[in-house]
Amino acid sequence: MSTEETVAPPVAARYEAVIGIEIHVQLRTASKMFCGCSTDVQTAAPNSRTCPVCLGMPGALPVINRQAVRHVIGTGLAIGAQVPDVTRWDRKNYFYPDLPKGYQISQYDLPLASGGSLSFETSSGAATVAIRRAHLEEDTARLIHQVEPGGRRVSLVDFNRSGLPLMEIVTEPVIHDAETARRYAEELRLVLLAIGASEAALEGGQMRVEANVSLRPVGREAFGTRTEVKNMNSFRSVERAIGYEIERQARALDAGEELIQETRGWDDTRGQTYRMRIKEDSDDYRYFPEPDLPPLRVAGAWLEEIRAELPELPAARRERYVRERGLSAYDAAVLVTDRAATQLFEGTLAADPSLPAKKVANWVTGEYLRLRGSVQASSGAAGTGSGDGHAAVDAAGLAGLVRAVEAGDLSGTNAKDVFRRHIETGQPVAAIIEQSGFRQISDEDALETAVGDVIAANPAAVADFAAGKQQAVGFLTGQVMKATRGQANAAVVQRLLRDTLGRVSGEG
Amino acid sequence: MATLSRKDVEHVALLSRLGLEDEELARLEGQLNHILDQYAVLSELPTDEIPPTAQTIEVENILREDVVTPGLSVEDALAGAPERSGDYFVVPAIMTEEAR
Amino acid sequence: MSDAGRTTDPTRLTAHGMARELRAGDLSARELAEAHLDLIDRQDGPMHAWLSTDREGALASADAADARFTEARHGRNGDHGADALAALPPLLGIPIALKDLVLQRGRPATAGSRILEGFISPYDAHITERLKDAGAVILGRTNMDEFAMGSSTEHSAWGPTGNPWDLSRVPGGSSGGSAAAVAAFHTPLSIGTDTGGSIRQPAALTGTVGIKPTYGRVSRYGIVAFASSLDQIGPFGRDTRDAALLLAAIAGRDERDSTSAPIPVPDYAAELPEGDDEAAASIRGARLGLPRQYFVKGMEPGVEARVREAVAALEAAGAEVVEVDLPHTDYGLATYYIIAPAEASANLARYDGIRYGRPDRGRDVLGDYLATRGNGFGAEVKRRIMLGTYALSAGYYDAYYVKAQKVRTLIKSDFDRAFDHVDALVAPTSPTVAFPLGARLDDPVAMYLSDACTLPVNMAGLPGISVPCGLSEGLPVGLQFIGKPWDEGRLFQLGRAYEAITANAEWRTLEPPGLAALGSVAAASSRSHP
Repeated sequence: MSTEETVAPPVAARYEAVIGIEIHVQLRTASKMFCGCSTDVQTAAPNSRTCPVCLGMPGALPVINRQAVRHVIGTGLAIGAQVPDVTRWDRKNYFYPDLPKGYQISQYDLPLASGGSLSFETSSGAATVAIRRAHLEEDTARLIHQVEPGGRRVSLVDFNRSGLPLMEIVTEPVIHDAETARRYAEELRLVLLAIGASEAALEGGQMRVEANVSLRPVGREAFGTRTEVKNMNSFRSVERAIGYEIERQARALDAGEELIQETRGWDDTRGQTYRMRIKEDSDDYRYFPEPDLPPLRVAGAWLEEIRAELPELPAARRERYVRERGLSAYDAAVLVTDRAATQLFEGTLAADPSLPAKKVANWVTGEYLRLRGSVQASSGAAGTGSGDGHAAVDAAGLAGLVRAVEAGDLSGTNAKDVFRRHIETGQPVAAIIEQSGFRQISDEDALETAVGDVIAANPAAVADFAAGKQQAVGFLTGQVMKATRGQANAAVVQRLLRDTLGRVSGEG
Repeated sequence: MATLSRKDVEHVALLSRLGLEDEELARLEGQLNHILDQYAVLSELPTDEIPPTAQTIEVENILREDVVTPGLSVEDALAGAPERSGDYFVVPAIMTEEAR
Repeated sequence: MSDAGRTTDPTRLTAHGMARELRAGDLSARELAEAHLDLIDRQDGPMHAWLSTDREGALASADAADARFTEARHGRNGDHGADALAALPPLLGIPIALKDLVLQRGRPATAGSRILEGFISPYDAHITERLKDAGAVILGRTNMDEFAMGSSTEHSAWGPTGNPWDLSRVPGGSSGGSAAAVAAFHTPLSIGTDTGGSIRQPAALTGTVGIKPTYGRVSRYGIVAFASSLDQIGPFGRDTRDAALLLAAIAGRDERDSTSAPIPVPDYAAELPEGDDEAAASIRGARLGLPRQYFVKGMEPGVEARVREAVAALEAAGAEVVEVDLPHTDYGLATYYIIAPAEASANLARYDGIRYGRPDRGRDVLGDYLATRGNGFGAEVKRRIMLGTYALSAGYYDAYYVKAQKVRTLIKSDFDRAFDHVDALVAPTSPTVAFPLGARLDDPVAMYLSDACTLPVNMAGLPGISVPCGLSEGLPVGLQFIGKPWDEGRLFQLGRAYEAITANAEWRTLEPPGLAALGSVAAASSRSHP
């Protein structure tokens, strides 16, 4: 080839990445999947949430949690999947110290939901990801790795997590870039939050994303050797890890190396994936139907009940904000991504339907999200991004604020100050306006005096104006605002200044 | 039907996590093949049209309400632990998780 | 058996006889418990039916029962004493034994395995709760084949149990200890489990009554699992009424076992006729099927003779007996020995020495697993884990496991068709009488044949009862009745009728001759669990 091509063309031009995403989601239930133990395990003392069932004691038997089934069916309906008439449970057999029974109760060939999809926007346009299935299973115990005083390396086992209800959602291998993978995971999280199926926090481990990544030369149909990437604890990590893995595989293929099927972990600090485990031929899970559980027949009536109780889903809400409220696609996406923002937006408009939605959206996506972030940062609260419970904002108060600004009763700057203090202190908006004397002065008679005083006190600026320097009006306006402690209506002040200065210079 | 080789027997023993002596493996190879021979009668039966029976009960939809019920105390949970450290069970380090 | 008045030795009474005397105040629960515990201490050494006894716990329960009898007898809340006594649970103060796989809070449970050595259960099985609520006096725990895998109780890690009829012979299995303890009068009642015949076959070999209820009748919660789709729990007694009393006490829906059926449990014992004439008459018009295929190859002539005589006696008393075909019976053994080991291979995966039980150390986690399980399980259990793992493994699943499930369908439909024409089936329980210790240990396939007449019943989930029907070569022979699902009541009726018809048979008066040998043994100290 030509000599200038010492730099290889971009990876994307030579290889097509094929990515499938598997997401495990801890479902939001009070009790575990197959026993009555509490799911409140985040801060619980080790092994304090166990019973014979989730410890795998002899003689213990599972009983299915109705709410967990309901969440999976709800998710299935939300992604447009089929819920079969009959599903059943299977045992997945393998030995590991975090698996107390030596098998995991899961679903193999009859999952609760199969087929479905999610659609969302990416930076390069709309995308739809086909989802193969969603099924129910139980979580494993937690392992903590430790070196004992004598130097012996051990793993400590805490069975509190053992038996928590998990939903596994698997896409078809239809994703071809890291950003789409990330956006898919983000969109799924929104759906789960909307239907209340999970807290779905990556940082908290309630949502665990694994990516199967392989490359094939552009134009080839057969899949390449895939690796499974895990330990991605944020959406940003999902995108970075997959991006890294695509590059790593491309480099290896370019160098003529043979890839091996393996599990790789993501090291966020180093920005690299590392080998965790090589897939072995001896992996043989020996699935067979779980004899301790009868099959589940999801009656049409129950299905319809769950369907009827589904809330508005994120995609529908975004579409409605654009269509009915006239928001930009961007603003709609920002609002819908944050549950508290959505609630504030809806609440503000409900408090005063006459307000322009676009203005309200600007307040929420701008000031509200910015201020909430800084309030959380200064109070040391974890920035989960879920926006739940933090910085409670009175929607009626925001409605009053926007109304005052629109009516010209409050300056934009002062309104932002009021809003900041509302968020910081929780005081009602009206009380803050009252206390600060922020009510705007638009009355011309009241302002004439202040304008006259400022003109008299600033002869140099008046001379500049006379010499044609229009900027002098800005300076003088600032002086009037200062003199009125910001309460003057700046537009009225400017008009009065021009009128008065015109007369003065005309006279001179 | 199939015949189990010594290698097959070793593979199944590993899958089962049974540490077996050579003598045991040899004896099992003979016994398992003898038992598998008895299974051969099943292949005489045409069963393509027959649905499988995994359970004989005819109940369905046995579900539990999502209610927390009392479990074991930490002491009861750990009472039988061959090795414990504080309130944890202990196993030898699992290296694969740390190979980085 | 009938209890003609107060005998001098309370251990010779039936459970219902004991219940009567307890209410009459002729006997205290403490006396009863002590008599049995003393007998066990004196006699069990060479028989080894028991793995442990719990004198302290048993006497505490007995004293609590006596307090309730006293309170009831003196009337309470204005109740008449007789009404208050009648309202007490039938098993109050009655001694009972638990097979060593029924969990009992604070007590060991090894399921006959070294891998559970030292395990103390932190919870009660559902049936243990039920028995405690009923005021039964749990004397101790009985020997069994390891994890209930076996037909002779020789596969116990703690050594075999002898048959009271001949201590050099097996009592059957896997519930051999429970059967032997009842046959030897060490307890009037005991609990067994039956996955392929483990109650009925030892009942037959020890001359006791044992019933395997319909799958789903008794909760499996707290019972160490062998094969989950086949396991059922049931009673042993020395007569049908006793077995009926015990089944009624343990049966019924338990929300902790998803396969436990929400089907009402009749008061089985109350439905049984009191007098022998009435009981014998109840057989008239009963339609019984005699499955041709159950007179299997290898059946001992003496056994076949006793069974055919019993069938003739039933016919003579007015039953209609017709031969029926269960054409897939011959495939039962192979089918069972795929399905049961497959389920067992998963059920026994939890024994890893991490949370409980006896660990052995290797070089790392894998080494620990291999050592713990390689050393902790006995030969038969390892054989079945291997079989089951193989049958489920990649490439063989369809050929073995799925195939077996399909044949299971055929076996089940054989029964369904037969029950279109008959009320119940009558058949041999075991093809042979008790065989000598060691005779089949080295030949698994021969051992498996012991269950040829019982395991199809488990695969179809049906109830089956074994009642004694005479002796062959001085050893007991069992007669099996097999019923429709949930039809245990009819099986008790049939068993009771057969008892009445043969009430005067000479063999009914005989006590197991092996007991004489046991009686001479010097008193041993209270047994403690391995």
